[in-house]
Amino acid sequence: MSTAAAESDIAVQVTDLHKSFGPVEVLRGIDLKVRRGEVVCIIGPSGSGKSTLLRCVNVLEEPTAGTVVVDGVELTDPDVDIDAARRKIGMVFQSFNLFSHLNVMNNLTVAQRKVLKRSREDAEKTGLANLERVGLAGRENAMPAQLSGGQQQRVAIARALSMDPDVMLFDEPTSALDPELVGDVLGVMRRLADEGMTMLVVTHEMQFAREVADKVLFMDAGVVVEEGPPEQVIGKPREERTRTFLSRVLNPTHVDQ
Amino acid sequence: MAMSKRKRAQVIRWVQYAILVAVVLVVAFTANWGKIRTTFFDLEVARNMFPEVITVALVNTVIYTTLGFGFGLALALVIALMRLSTVRVYRWISGIYIEFFRGLPALMVILAVGTGIPLAFNTFLDKYVALMIALGIVGAAYMAETLRAGIQAVPKGQVEAARSLGMSPARTMMTIVIPQAFKIILPPLTNELILLTKDSSLALFLGASVSEYELTQFGRVELNESRSLTPVLVAGICYLIITIPLSYLSRYLERRTGGKKISTPESTEVKA
Repeated sequence: MSTAAAESDIAVQVTDLHKSFGPVEVLRGIDLKVRRGEVVCIIGPSGSGKSTLLRCVNVLEEPTAGTVVVDGVELTDPDVDIDAARRKIGMVFQSFNLFSHLNVMNNLTVAQRKVLKRSREDAEKTGLANLERVGLAGRENAMPAQLSGGQQQRVAIARALSMDPDVMLFDEPTSALDPELVGDVLGVMRRLADEGMTMLVVTHEMQFAREVADKVLFMDAGVVVEEGPPEQVIGKPREERTRTFLSRVLNPTHVDQ
Repeated sequence: MAMSKRKRAQVIRWVQYAILVAVVLVVAFTANWGKIRTTFFDLEVARNMFPEVITVALVNTVIYTTLGFGFGLALALVIALMRLSTVRVYRWISGIYIEFFRGLPALMVILAVGTGIPLAFNTFLDKYVALMIALGIVGAAYMAETLRAGIQAVPKGQVEAARSLGMSPARTMMTIVIPQAFKIILPPLTNELILLTKDSSLALFLGASVSEYELTQFGRVELNESRSLTPVLVAGICYLIITIPLSYLSRYLERRTGGKKISTPESTEVKA
């Protein structure tokens, strides 16, 4: 395989990424490679820097040092058109962040129309298709506050998908949800993974990571402690820190499975 | 001496009522009601004010206020955005503007615009334009601070979501942040409209032809002619006809958006 072909196979490449907030160094040299169609889950204790890493991938946080390349475009280049680059990177937030003054349909179409310059008709067609994809067809006139958390998060996923992204970032998408609503959102994400979407997911849902991820990264204190296929990192962790974290998070009966 | 707390409160309450009744009785028996009636409630004088007090004066008050409010709001938006700018010079200019015009009496600004500009530039300034500018300048100083607070009250996540969808900072501000900020500051903006309604009375200090009279000037001219205070009372009632519904509107909006500041599910007025 030629080098060029190998390069184009890579959706996200993060190299030696550092991020400090004032004197606190949150990321201390992260390397990460996500291939096209791959699902990578990032796990780790709170404060380990996993959300910050994700937010550096679309430069919602400006990295202090290191490079982020998505689809061959270096986002850490100061001259890059970051708005153009972000169109191809969908992001789903822990707190949904639906535009609270817009109904569901307008949430799905506002960026399509203002950023991608799609006609209202095209935007609504795309929006509707994605609303169906997340199982919420018929709710296009609802306001965000009228929806449950799980529904809001699925609308947020549909909103990101409506931009036809190449990569989807999920920042603890189920952490703010009532337990009985988590399943719906994870179901949508699983289908998305099956359809071949490239996904980078920060999550505490070990079962999801285990079943859906191609690769799992365990982060602690700003570094990647362990990475590999889920059956290894979650199933048979080599590092002591990974084992300690997992035994705290997982029900012991699950660890033994 | 040993009186329970409840008993004592009761006694104090009765003493207050007694004083109140006494005051009312004294006023009622000593006042010259005939004189008061002809001074304040001269029906003949009041009747003579119609219909001009409505068709000219009230209408002009509303026009001056609306023009000033509209111009002021546009100006306030610019100043609020400058206040929040990353460019330090913009922050300085807007800060100075706010401090300056909040600290000056509205009357001085109206005189400066209404008589100063025509003198300085040797031009004629239409009364409506002069008041629009002057009231706008004064209102903007207050509304800019309100707007800034409203913009800052919009959750950061809304901005992040918009940016993550590829919207530029300016686009994010215009389509996502400002519409939500307006919803938050609707009650204080309504209050500002009430204040401007009253400030429009200062138009009195600029010369005006009869067709340009607003309520206060109209009342004053009638006052001079009739030697009765009735015109002032009528004009006052006209102000209340404008301001009381506005203050009810403000309170209603406050209740509707109160507590939960951002999400008002029933509102669908913003079209993307």
